[in-house]
Amino acid sequence: MSGLLDINFFALSGQLLVGLINGSFYALLSLGLAIIFGLLRIINFAQGALYMVGAFAALLGLKYLSLSYWQALIFVPIMVGIFGMLIQVFLIRPIANQDHLYSLLLTFGLALMLQGIFTHLFGSSGLSYPTPEALKGGTRLPFMYLPNYRAWIIAVSVVVCGLTWWAIEKTKLGAYLRAGTENPQLLQAFGVNVPLIITLTFGFGVALAGLAGVLAAPVYSVSPDMGSNILIVVFAIVVIGGMGSIGGAIITGLAMGVIEGLTKYFYPQASSTVIFVVMVIVLMIKPSGLFGKEA
Amino acid sequence: MTLKKQILTAAIAGTLASAAMATTDGKVKIGVLADMSGTYADICGPGCVVATQMAIDDFGGKVLNKPIELISADSQLKPDIASAIARRWVESEDVDTIGGLVSSAVTGAVTQVTNNSKNIALITGSASNGFTTKACSPYIAHWTYNVVALANGTVKTMVGEGKKKWFFITADYAFGHALETVSSNVIKANGGEVVGSVRAPLGTTDFSSYVLQAQASGADVVALANAGNDTVNALNAATEFGLTESMDIAGLLVFSQNTKAMDGNVAGGMKLTTGFYWDLNDETRAWSKRFKEKHGEIPSMAHAGAYSATMHYLNAVQKAGTDDADVVMKQMKTTKPNDFFAVNAEFRGDGRMVHDMLLVQIKKPAERKDEDDIYKVLKVIPGNEAYNPMLDECNFSR
Amino acid sequence: MINRKLLIALLAIGLLAPLAVYPVFLAKLLCFALFAAAFNLLLGFVGILSFGHAAFLGTGGYVTGWLMLNSGLTPELAIIAGTLAGALLGAVYGKLAVKREGIYFAMVTLALAQLTFFIYLQAPFTGGEDGMQGIPRRALFGLIDLSNNTVMYYLVLAIFCFGFWLINRTIHSPFGQVLKAIRENEPRAISLGYDVEKYKWLAFVISAALAALAGGTKSLVFELASLTDVHWHMSGEVILMTLVGGVGTLFGPLAGAALVVTMQNYLSGGELGNYLHIIMGAVFVICVLSFRSGIVGQLQKFKRNNF
Repeated sequence: MSGLLDINFFALSGQLLVGLINGSFYALLSLGLAIIFGLLRIINFAQGALYMVGAFAALLGLKYLSLSYWQALIFVPIMVGIFGMLIQVFLIRPIANQDHLYSLLLTFGLALMLQGIFTHLFGSSGLSYPTPEALKGGTRLPFMYLPNYRAWIIAVSVVVCGLTWWAIEKTKLGAYLRAGTENPQLLQAFGVNVPLIITLTFGFGVALAGLAGVLAAPVYSVSPDMGSNILIVVFAIVVIGGMGSIGGAIITGLAMGVIEGLTKYFYPQASSTVIFVVMVIVLMIKPSGLFGKEA
Repeated sequence: MTLKKQILTAAIAGTLASAAMATTDGKVKIGVLADMSGTYADICGPGCVVATQMAIDDFGGKVLNKPIELISADSQLKPDIASAIARRWVESEDVDTIGGLVSSAVTGAVTQVTNNSKNIALITGSASNGFTTKACSPYIAHWTYNVVALANGTVKTMVGEGKKKWFFITADYAFGHALETVSSNVIKANGGEVVGSVRAPLGTTDFSSYVLQAQASGADVVALANAGNDTVNALNAATEFGLTESMDIAGLLVFSQNTKAMDGNVAGGMKLTTGFYWDLNDETRAWSKRFKEKHGEIPSMAHAGAYSATMHYLNAVQKAGTDDADVVMKQMKTTKPNDFFAVNAEFRGDGRMVHDMLLVQIKKPAERKDEDDIYKVLKVIPGNEAYNPMLDECNFSR
Repeated sequence: MINRKLLIALLAIGLLAPLAVYPVFLAKLLCFALFAAAFNLLLGFVGILSFGHAAFLGTGGYVTGWLMLNSGLTPELAIIAGTLAGALLGAVYGKLAVKREGIYFAMVTLALAQLTFFIYLQAPFTGGEDGMQGIPRRALFGLIDLSNNTVMYYLVLAIFCFGFWLINRTIHSPFGQVLKAIRENEPRAISLGYDVEKYKWLAFVISAALAALAGGTKSLVFELASLTDVHWHMSGEVILMTLVGGVGTLFGPLAGAALVVTMQNYLSGGELGNYLHIIMGAVFVICVLSFRSGIVGQLQKFKRNNF
């Protein structure tokens, strides 16, 4: 009898841990989205595609430039961030004064283009990226075998999310940023280059997606549609957390990953719908999201 | 315009428009509908087009004194896209026969079209046994293999070796379901037990939660009732989470390309069933060398099957003197297929091509002479042992 | 309001087209045109963006398909049933969605559509990844055999004309005037005493019903209903068609659907299949940046400015 219970506990903990790992990706990606929407009022539907670009950049960097995983962790987000800044300056800034929905449609189109280009170049089945040597192997926990690389993912996500939250909420730079989005003219009057800050912020939000891409490469195959599959979930998370809330996105991302894991154990068929059910419920009860401020 | 007028107009137009059913125009046009860039692209994608073209070329490029035409398209593994392409091909582009056909969902949708329009479907990539049972038709030629042969090979052998408790990770569509059902029956019939199963969508890349469930089940063997990259990814996840240390993994459908993509140290020792191995004998080696020169990679059983099926079809057209599907099918079923692929073969009344299958074992890297030396052939399984018996109601040769 | 001559010209083309063009392609085009027109009712005339319209297209397709496969119903009854199912779903989803505005409305519709997608993915009756295959067309009213593609096409043409007429009547009715008022200045409409939420909800239901009508018809044309119809890419595609064709114009969705379906026809299935997404994406971007009024919108502007 206790043997049966043991297995159940082990299986449950295993799923929760996997859920936490998935939640780390959700948190990183929704953080980027939340920054871009919360602070810049831009709806970046291309976040998923840029995550995919990050993963491909790591893969191609390894193949053609002998870029190691560790180098990719640093350079790929920067590269993706720069790419994002170019997009913001040339495509998004011109429509900045229009209805938010236009930025949604524009970035949607962008995402389609990026996905199409990579599918054309690389086919739609996944390519594999090797786990870095230093992170191979794992630890045998009582309830499951935890691969080192997966633990690494959780660690990186928590650290990056934490630092970002601190930077935005607690530092002077963050204060400028928040001021710049609430009242750009006033801040500009103080001599702060507001357009530059906006561009840099967009670049940072996108760089987070690129980072998530590099982290994902060894565990999810690198394929052109990896972004579109995860994007809808991430959008739901940002809405649940509250579209203006940075902290909300992080916490909700991790929480949703765990909830998904729980569902996989108790009622697997619902595991893909549970996030959307939660979103609908939250929107009905607290429309601005769990941690959001009314727009 | 009133409805009545519209109906009248429609009736007139209807008589003017061609009621395009299968055209017997004396010219043979083959359409290869395969997965050109997705999960199954290496198994039956551009390679199936190459193999079919090889058959056409070896046949002489002409039949019934007219050149043989070959066109191809990407099903993108979507039934609706494949169905639309197939429909357009047979209704407005004079395609006689559709080949390639991988992914049982796609093949199901396409055969709905070809059965109605009386065109032959040469199924070389798909595995579901439904095409010669529930969904049998006089216009279906199921050539290369099916799930029954796979189960009777791999599963039966392993249960016989004492692996009694099984857990399935199944691709969640027609093929996966069929493979799991048939395999479960074989397991139970041989004294084994299915302790659990889980369904993963086609194209899943991260199998970690499924692997965890398998680990919790206490099975002896985790059977992967999927194919292509799904199998490779599942095996990777199993390795990553240490499952391979305590349980066996049985890849129920593994093609040579997938074997090459797997880590030999982990996959080595795995037994699987296949319809073809390039290094089996002189004949297979000769053909495979030619194929590799054109395609750049050793052939999978689907490629070899595509060549064999096309050849047999063209021979039948020649003998029958027409491209009419009924007549050609009858001719195909009268002659026994005989080439490097179809060994001890018979093309049955239900459209099933029965031939010898091979039980092979994946070689560990240390045992391999070169990167293509992947299998050790353990035994030959005669066709009538491997395949399901013909159902009376599907016997179209009576 | 509608140019009589243009209408007659289009109708004539519609009636004669199957003599020259593959009827199934034409039928597909009209189904998508109806879908886009239904969507445009919300975006163009009420001013709200639904990012989950695929849910209704798919529901129409699955319900109609299931009825044709599992009962002896004649096609027109099955299509009507599919339409009603879409209307019902629209009523429920609409109630939830219209409480929110702008981007939140779009997100709610997206979430609800995803919910629908995953339910259909799991539900055995849809066939999941395999799709609902082999849907029979049978005979319209029990009399007219639909297995001939040209006959089927004329039925689709009739259905499209009906849907188009309904949208036109709705827009030009007092109800439609209120919708336009809501689009132009919602607070003022509220201050005038209109129950704005109820108007939006009604428009949503009509839009959902017509989308389901398109879906049910389409499943008979192709004798197949699949997950592609409920996937969020499909929701994106209908936005594209409307955007390209001209938001808020009557013929815009038709033009947009014609363009997109034709592009798909030529590019998909071949080597160039992936160019399709690249081109579609590029068109989206260009449309938003410059061409926001779409093909028909630009033509109208051109006409107004020059004639």
